[in-house]
Amino acid sequence: MIRDITIGQYYPGKSVLHNLDPRIKLIATFWLIVVIFLCKSFFSLGLITLTAVAAAALSKVPPKMILKSLKPIVIILVFTAILNIFYTQGGETYFEWWKITITEKGINTAIFTMVRIVTLVVISSLLTYTTTPTMLTDALERILSPLKVFKIKVHTLAMMMTLALRFIPTLIEEIDRIMNAQKARGADLETGSIFQRTKALVPIFIPLMVSSFRRAYELAFAMTCRCYTGGEGRTRMKQMKIAARDIVAIVVCTAVTAGVIVLNIFFDAVI
Amino acid sequence: MSEKIIEFENVTYIYETEDEEAPVAGFPALSDVNLTINKGEFVAVLGHNGSGKSTLAKLCNAILEPTKGKVTVKEIVPDTEEKADEVRRIVGMVFQNPDNQIVATIVEDDVAFGPENLGIDPSEIRRRVDDALKCVNMYEFRHREPHKLSGGQKQRVAIAGVIAMQTECIVLDEPTAMLDPKGREEVMNTVKRLNKEMGITVVTVTHFMDEAVQADRVVVMDGGRVVMQGKPKEVFSNVEKLRSYGLDVPQSTELCHVLGIKEGVLNVDECVEEIARAMGGAI
Repeated sequence: MIRDITIGQYYPGKSVLHNLDPRIKLIATFWLIVVIFLCKSFFSLGLITLTAVAAAALSKVPPKMILKSLKPIVIILVFTAILNIFYTQGGETYFEWWKITITEKGINTAIFTMVRIVTLVVISSLLTYTTTPTMLTDALERILSPLKVFKIKVHTLAMMMTLALRFIPTLIEEIDRIMNAQKARGADLETGSIFQRTKALVPIFIPLMVSSFRRAYELAFAMTCRCYTGGEGRTRMKQMKIAARDIVAIVVCTAVTAGVIVLNIFFDAVI
Repeated sequence: MSEKIIEFENVTYIYETEDEEAPVAGFPALSDVNLTINKGEFVAVLGHNGSGKSTLAKLCNAILEPTKGKVTVKEIVPDTEEKADEVRRIVGMVFQNPDNQIVATIVEDDVAFGPENLGIDPSEIRRRVDDALKCVNMYEFRHREPHKLSGGQKQRVAIAGVIAMQTECIVLDEPTAMLDPKGREEVMNTVKRLNKEMGITVVTVTHFMDEAVQADRVVVMDGGRVVMQGKPKEVFSNVEKLRSYGLDVPQSTELCHVLGIKEGVLNVDECVEEIARAMGGAI
């Protein structure tokens, strides 16, 4: 069971979105997030939300899973909605009682912000649903590679990220093993005050640290043995190629951006 | 004789620092070792804990540098970082713990890691990775995540990683120590096939006698010295001598030795045959 964990929330599939070049996906995601914040009217927001819904449909990720990614932000949604309703004043007054006034503008802003946050989360989770963490780090390395000019070791950073991802399951297994070993010696991890329970974790984290260092040491050996000398002179088995669909994706993003700007001009701004 | 691939000349190795793996700091892990590995050979290095066998393995591909003497790999003495790198292109290494040598989160990416470091053309890497994975019978697992594989499978992925680099020699440092019997068999069969079918020189460090029996030559180490060397039959004929180095002999060998039938019996079949002969019957 503990071996079955998957890092990230990748949903295996063969949809258009899965097959897009990860670099393009990463750029498009950031692009669309910026565009979300450019929206001023309900119509422009509607356009980008429609784009997000269309993308979700294209990805063939079950709607249930996408809704699941919205679960953690429900509290934030409710909170921002309440704040907006009570603190944004203007337009027609719908309701007035004691110090509470609910106005047209307040309601509009609340709805606008909520839709905006939901769209944002849907777009960004589509990226992680259709791209494996490895592909993401690879894409990040390639996108950031021009930073080499500023002596930033992009390759080293990407390698560190890959190794960190690689070792998450290994370390989880290790924690499990150490916890069982300590329990077998009578360690009590579940009862007592928070302070006592935190203290009980010390005998778990110390062996974990020690073994992680040993692993790192051995891994460095193994990497040296396989002629790893850093990013220089290295080739990649998996090449990333821009295909027609990637160009289409960029065109769609541009069109959506243009649409948002035009709709902003022709319709009244909500915020 | 055939071409030499690795040569140890009067090699002494002393762990200087407070190295974790050093049994005793300042004590020679290897002293005055002379050993030649020929091309195409399958050599098993035997020894109990602290006999210096792992140190020997690490000296083979320039992870460690000898304190005294020299290690030559195909006429290269790895005294600079560049030369050490050259040596590592000839001698690949597989370690004991499969978890600590897998770099990538997908099997095929991990196998590609070595060739990628060598700067090989992407299409060539693809071909080598596929071939290497087929060679260790892990091709159908190429898109899997390493942490979901069994120990034996992980170790075979590690071996594929070395094969894909197309090294002439593979050194395995207790590759089966952390595996269950089934995983051990998988790994040993793979290693044997590499040696017999692809002509790769194999040096395997082990403390399992049953594995050593399968080699062309057995090297026994004790206290940092090579104490016995020869064909498995010859080495395992000296049951008492092996015992004095803290080693056991394969069970079949032991049985025939205790019964006083014949020395140097290596496997069950031979053992059955010898006993049957001693009893005057046929099988």
